[in-house]
Amino acid sequence: MSGSLKGSDIVSIRDFSREQIEQILNVADKMVPVAKGEEKSTELEGRVLGSLFYEPSTRTRLSFEAAMTRLGGRTLGFDEPKGSSVAKGETLADTIRMVDAYSDVIVLRHPQEGAARLAGHFAEKPVINAGDGAGQHPTQTLLDLFTIRNEKGGIDGNHVVIVGDLKYGRTVHSLSEALSMFGAKLTFVAPPTLQMPKEHIKHIESKGLKPKISNSLDEVIGDADVLYVTRIQKERFPDPAEYRKVAGAFTINRTMLREAKKDMIVMHPLPRMNEINPDVDGTDHARYFVQAFNGVPVRMALLSMVLGGME
Amino acid sequence: MKEFKVTPIRNGTVIDHIDVGMSLKVLRIIGVRGDVNSTVSVLIHVPSKKGAWKDIVKIEDRELDPKELDKVALISPDATINIIRDYNVAEKFVVEVPERVKGIMRCSNPSCITNKNEPVEPEFAVETKKPLALRCTYCDRLTTDIAENIV
Ligand SMILES: Nc1ncnc2c1ncn2[C@@H]1O[C@H](COP(=O)(O)OP(=O)(O)OP(=O)(O)O)[C@@H](O)[C@H]1O
Ligand SMILES: [Mg+2]
Ligand SMILES: [Zn+2]
Repeated sequence: MSGSLKGSDIVSIRDFSREQIEQILNVADKMVPVAKGEEKSTELEGRVLGSLFYEPSTRTRLSFEAAMTRLGGRTLGFDEPKGSSVAKGETLADTIRMVDAYSDVIVLRHPQEGAARLAGHFAEKPVINAGDGAGQHPTQTLLDLFTIRNEKGGIDGNHVVIVGDLKYGRTVHSLSEALSMFGAKLTFVAPPTLQMPKEHIKHIESKGLKPKISNSLDEVIGDADVLYVTRIQKERFPDPAEYRKVAGAFTINRTMLREAKKDMIVMHPLPRMNEINPDVDGTDHARYFVQAFNGVPVRMALLSMVLGGME
Repeated sequence: MKEFKVTPIRNGTVIDHIDVGMSLKVLRIIGVRGDVNSTVSVLIHVPSKKGAWKDIVKIEDRELDPKELDKVALISPDATINIIRDYNVAEKFVVEVPERVKGIMRCSNPSCITNKNEPVEPEFAVETKKPLALRCTYCDRLTTDIAENIV
């Protein structure tokens, strides 16, 4: 992919070059005042977003809707397939062709991997992937990059420590690949059974980086510029006692942060369970709520760019 | 002891240098079942010139179409196709793994959208040739157990 994003599908972060990502983040920067409601925009007035959520995802859905609304556009769609034609067994291909006729851009969240790519084949309008099962979630990756860039003044050279379920977590797979494209230093912290899959490590190494693997947060926290925390799911552990032990070892609290650099930031894709103790919220390190807000300007940038507004 | 000989075929195809153990899969791929009315011989585990083992399939009065050739290449990338005319080898070529694989294999990822009754043919890009690994253009996952997933 190169040049303008007008008419493009946003399916996987792997489809984008570093330059294109930077271009998206630059547009997102300009969107911030509108996203905050400090300025008004009519850029997408009269435009319609078809928002198809085959799986509930409050945060992603609302931030797309906020993004479209802030730009003067409107949203139609569903937030669960129940009661819609989908529940009656209609194929995704058919639903997409219908929505394609009613809207100017489509946002899709779907439990099956590859659903967004398929939707892109059947739709003439641009399709934005809002998460396809255990697959890709490119807008999350973009808002994470945006947050790091804004909060740290850049991405290159930062030491990003990613902790949690690195085996199954799709967020951390796309994020680490994207970070490696920007030359960030990476450390993966997880219990051995939930470490980053070899395939992803290889992909990162192919960019000339050597990520560090660790199972102890204490060992690496002092050297981190960004601590990216994700959830460890109970379902991954057959033994509840084992789960409690592991989850406990990878929980962030205020005491641990004493070892951290003063300007280290803590991020989390949210919703969190117990991975970050609420006593971290009030520290200068916490950035997860800013990060959640950043979903709005980043999605505004994407909507605007695929619809041919900003370049 | 009685001597067994494979009947030579007048016209047809000899698929030689099949990866050992893959000949029955080759038969399935090219749709050879009990209802064919020509000679089909299968040689399993025979020595090859290179000192290794191979399988051979010989089918009378039949040539393979491009899709079938692609499928054979996927499960046995070193197989040679010998077209027999009037008892002689009239043409010989090595099968070739296609750059893109479309419609002849399913994705090994059960959660892939292409396994869900959608009107699409699964499609893959060749990631590595040896060992063969195919990346699904839909779900991005690698499929390496090729023989299990050929349709
Ligand atoms: N008329 C025939 N009927 C049955 N099989 C045949 C016939 N002619 C050739 N073959 C078989 O076809 C294959 C290729 O024949 P060819 O004479 O080219 O052997 P080759 O020189 O050993 O070939 P390669 O170098 O590919 O191994 C061999 O397995 C041979 O036994
Ligand atoms: Mg020979
Ligand atoms: Zn797939």
